[in-house]
Amino acid sequence: MPSFVINEKCDGCKGGDKTACMYICPNDLMVLDPNEMKAYNQEPDQCWECFSCVKICPTQAIEVRGYADFVPLGSSIMPMMGTEDVMWTCKFRNGLIKRFKFPIRTTPEGAANAYEDLKGKDLDSGLLATEESEGYQIPKPQATV
Amino acid sequence: MALPNKPKGELKAVRDPEVEEREVDVLIVGGGMAACGAAFEVKKWLPDGMTTLLVDKAAMERSGAVAQGLSAINTFIGENSPDDYVRMVRNDLMGIVREDLIFDLGCHVDDSVHLFEEWGLPIWKQSEEGKNLDGKKGQAMGTLKSGAQPVRTGKWQIMINGESYKRIVAEAAKKAIGEDDTLERVFIVELLLDKNVDNQIAGAIGFSVRENKVYVIKCKTMMVACGGAVNIYQPRSVGEGKGRAWYPVWNSGSTYTLSMRVGAELSMMENRFTPARFKDGYGPVGAWFLLFKAKALNGLGENFAASDAAKKELENYAPYGTAAITPTCLRNHLMLFEMKEGRGPILMDTVTALAELGKTMDKKELKHLESEAWEDFLDMTCGQANLWCATDTEPEKKNSEVMPTEPYLLGSHSGCCGLWTSGPDYDWVPDAFKIKARNDKVYNRMTTVQGLFTAGDGVGCSGHKFSSGSHAEGRIAVKQACRFAKDFADFKPELAVSAAEAVDIVYKPVRTYLDNVAYTTAEDINPNYLKPNGMMYRLMKATHEYGAGTATFYQTTSKNLEIVMDLLATMREDCEKLAAGDLHELMRAWEIIHRIWTVESHLRHIQFRKETRYPGFYYQADFPGQDDENWFCFVNSKFDPKEQKWDVFKKDYIQIIPD
Repeated sequence: MPSFVINEKCDGCKGGDKTACMYICPNDLMVLDPNEMKAYNQEPDQCWECFSCVKICPTQAIEVRGYADFVPLGSSIMPMMGTEDVMWTCKFRNGLIKRFKFPIRTTPEGAANAYEDLKGKDLDSGLLATEESEGYQIPKPQATV
Repeated sequence: MALPNKPKGELKAVRDPEVEEREVDVLIVGGGMAACGAAFEVKKWLPDGMTTLLVDKAAMERSGAVAQGLSAINTFIGENSPDDYVRMVRNDLMGIVREDLIFDLGCHVDDSVHLFEEWGLPIWKQSEEGKNLDGKKGQAMGTLKSGAQPVRTGKWQIMINGESYKRIVAEAAKKAIGEDDTLERVFIVELLLDKNVDNQIAGAIGFSVRENKVYVIKCKTMMVACGGAVNIYQPRSVGEGKGRAWYPVWNSGSTYTLSMRVGAELSMMENRFTPARFKDGYGPVGAWFLLFKAKALNGLGENFAASDAAKKELENYAPYGTAAITPTCLRNHLMLFEMKEGRGPILMDTVTALAELGKTMDKKELKHLESEAWEDFLDMTCGQANLWCATDTEPEKKNSEVMPTEPYLLGSHSGCCGLWTSGPDYDWVPDAFKIKARNDKVYNRMTTVQGLFTAGDGVGCSGHKFSSGSHAEGRIAVKQACRFAKDFADFKPELAVSAAEAVDIVYKPVRTYLDNVAYTTAEDINPNYLKPNGMMYRLMKATHEYGAGTATFYQTTSKNLEIVMDLLATMREDCEKLAAGDLHELMRAWEIIHRIWTVESHLRHIQFRKETRYPGFYYQADFPGQDDENWFCFVNSKFDPKEQKWDVFKKDYIQIIPD
């Protein structure tokens, strides 16, 4: 299901130093035409339909159209990202609409504790740093052959 | 990191790129779950005054196999024992696994899962009444670490709301290692051995896919974890749908190729994974089988897996086939058997499953159940959800087809190909599984190349790590890399190639393009070079037809293997004439080189192992069935970079954990 960019909605991220879709695409597919200031998918048959570009686009300019090989026209699924949840709108070919909301994160963005001050002590042990700091004991096989 | 914006064709690759030379102590190549684990762990162990750097082909926030999200964590030990974890993996992989690596992973994986939850990953919990609570409501029950009960779909799997799984894990990783020690959008294409010390890793070369710049990075030690290999066989969808691979389409076998080309020993490369998934969309079936208790039916509407014929067929593969949980390859085998006998297609009976579950539920609970079914797709395979919408498929009203996919190579899911690495230095680990460096010390997860470590899809013979296990293994491996750096603090890496020679290697496809492009009027067709896109199709056609692809129901023969080996040799020759006009194309050029080498190792291993160890994944028709007498062993291989020769050989399997 290759992603596509809606002409009217894309503003090329206003010429900032980071075009959102280009920054995020794991397969280097989204690019910006600097003359038109519009992004596009340069290799649709390598699109994994991961929706990373759709989710990150600040102007909701990116959607996906099902792979021509096997997906009939007329449906769409669109995520709306919040800070705690994602809301999906799933539109069937026959017009039926289903909406789903799922949690995505239980802490504020940027709050992940990277334990930056934690320093490991025993480099020769098998313990990971957080395991070591908590006094974890590495199990041994209950029995061996 | 500010990156210039350049569209395809606008950013022409130039003949002479800028060169940036770096030297660090510990280099991390990759950005997925394993590399994020390493990034989180590395500075907690890095000796004072030493340096590290992580290099990712994409952006860590959404790179690797978890980029899209996941709906479950498939390895959480919890109340189980690592001993039983070994038994499960051993049975699923038909007996031949490295039990030391699997047990070791089982000891550490939960620590990573606990961190994920602390960082903000919503994990489903069971209420006191035994009802499922999503990751937000479930917070009221406390954390897994504090003893709250996860929602188990199987003995090892737990359900999550994982849309932002990778973003959360990458956030902690990036914070821990720091932006200054991270390079995104840089593709490492070759590793380099030390000029003076035999069989010692000394660096890596690669290029930016955003600007004309080649990187030459020296290091004392390195962890390589760039995932498995995808788009190596012709996929079932060959147009736009080629991108709808089950595993991430950007995984190009780099972990294996980078390492094998400096002489690292590979193990069990014959193992592959051809998952049975919802047809075309490749949506996951695990939750349907395990959580919703759905059955797969043949075209006649029969629950074929429960038939007497199926039980009899499985007995041929005892003890694995007769175990409580049928190994993944044998489940495929039964499915293929039905299709070949004219009883296809295979359908997931979602209608009956949801109706059965609905019998004991009120309206609100039913709505929640429907939501769970859709989330399974929307979290990790959005396209499958759209396929349901486009085909007006409501799972409570219409069943969906299931089909085994094209083959994939990986070491972290239900497959176990990869590098031969050292186990941990414990007394219960056999000496044959310990790899020593030149100081006579054992370094866990080190390959047979000194100072070269791997994790996740890179470590062979120990599948079923999945996302959580890959993260934990990245942490294990990088701690050992830090230990190696400390123990060899005096080692000063020296490369055998100069910076100019590195550019010659990395930018060869660009120069081939520039030297020849003017000869014809259409740049894609030129007798003096081949574009990577064309080579990709050539590889896919060869593997599809001769290498046990879907064309032949995953069957090959000795003669077919001979033919495909010839084709691969020619492909490698023609890769000398790959051409790239822009940086995106240069990435594709190197990816296809990596894929071809990875496939060659896969087929050499299949050729060497004269039995069919994994029916359902592939069949060597000249040697059907298992031959425990001769082949109950690992198959390892080594490409000698000096002699430019392959060696494939047996290695003893050693059982550690009793049956």
